[in-house]
Amino acid sequence: MNPSFKREDAGQPPSLHPPYASTVPRSPRQPLVRIPHTLTETTGPANAWSRLMGGAMADLTTQHKDMPQGQRIIVSGRVLDEDGRPVPNTVMEIWQANAAGRYIHKKDQWDAPLDPNFTGAGRVITDDDGRYQFVSVRPGAYPWGNHHNAWRPAHIHLSLLGPAFATRLVTQMYFPDDPLIEIDPIANAVPLPYRQRLVSRFDIETTRPNWALGYLFDVVLRGRDQTPFEDDHHD
Amino acid sequence: MTDQVNPAPRLDNQDPALFGQTPSQTVGPFFHYGLPWKGCADLIGDSDIGARPELFPAEHYVLASPSAKGEVAGEPIVIEGVVLDADGKAVPDAMLEIWQADAAGRYADGSSNTGFIGWGRASTAEDGVYRFVTIRPGRIDGRQAPHIAVGVFGRGMIKRLATRLYFEDEAANAADPILTLVPAERRETLIARKVGQVWRFDIVLQGDRETVFFDI
Ligand SMILES: [Fe+3]
Repeated sequence: MNPSFKREDAGQPPSLHPPYASTVPRSPRQPLVRIPHTLTETTGPANAWSRLMGGAMADLTTQHKDMPQGQRIIVSGRVLDEDGRPVPNTVMEIWQANAAGRYIHKKDQWDAPLDPNFTGAGRVITDDDGRYQFVSVRPGAYPWGNHHNAWRPAHIHLSLLGPAFATRLVTQMYFPDDPLIEIDPIANAVPLPYRQRLVSRFDIETTRPNWALGYLFDVVLRGRDQTPFEDDHHD
Repeated sequence: MTDQVNPAPRLDNQDPALFGQTPSQTVGPFFHYGLPWKGCADLIGDSDIGARPELFPAEHYVLASPSAKGEVAGEPIVIEGVVLDADGKAVPDAMLEIWQADAAGRYADGSSNTGFIGWGRASTAEDGVYRFVTIRPGRIDGRQAPHIAVGVFGRGMIKRLATRLYFEDEAANAADPILTLVPAERRETLIARKVGQVWRFDIVLQGDRETVFFDI
């Protein structure tokens, strides 16, 4: 039997969360079919990131001619599994709005300025201890059409593959002391207290004097499971 | 001079009492300049399918196109389908990922610097259509019918939905240990059909012909 991964814990949100309106037509209504982990779920394109995607892009502030507008930040932390073991050599993809809360995307029609010096896309690979670090600017909050006077809290989108198809995770990192988190239907799809796992911490140790504010954010992926799946033994 | 210590934090990401899986969040509608790279839906060739560069200015297409993939053994195939919501409307801002074995049924372990990786990503177009170019996988571990793992992401989707694609002409489907866990009347949502030169595999997020999604 292949080693499998642990299942979702209590902090994972449901697919259907009606306050986030577009989940209503886009979430399944049939129950998910629970399956044992086969080789398909327990493997992934580990160790092939640069062949697959290209190299790291850890500084989002130096991709263009001049520096982007906004508060420069250093985001760092570790990628761990839920048993606290580091996940080395895994890719974290990053994308975000600019300091004014505007995405470079053509469908973002909000009337906030674009910044020609900021794309907002990056990618880092964890080291042997699971550590990562990237430099960016703090994104702004932005309005969206979910309900009257809806504003997304400032956030950075993060995408991780981890060691296997089963450990795939896309999430969002929020900033401490942002009052919009408490009234955001997307963040609130995650029940308290687990929602606070999505809130980074300001950190003076990684803040660089006269240069940038430091924020810490660890990402915890599903861990290995020793308990074998109870197969119905159809064969 | 004051002591430089961190201010007392609220319960947050760094709190040991909260340690556990990082919760999933949606990719949102604006992932196109940040996730799909040039050619990410072509697992065997050098075409640039998968990304949607028309959705942002060219100078912001910073995701590099990695090096050429070289010769890949196996039968080249095209997989194509549409992602539909509960109302049968095309989903123009979804993203699919695939993970598959090679033609001999082996998953890449990353130890080689050449050869087939078996992982790809495709954005849906305005009409909800996605497309992958890859090879047909072989049987896996002597038990499973040839199949491709599929992950679906999108605006309005808080978590990835995981499903599988099987091929309609495989006799091994009948005894596949995963397919046989699916209620018989819903299995056809996991079967790709050969239509002309392409393997057609639609994803229905909700409704009458809702795709089977797995709890993995
Ligand atoms: Fe966003």
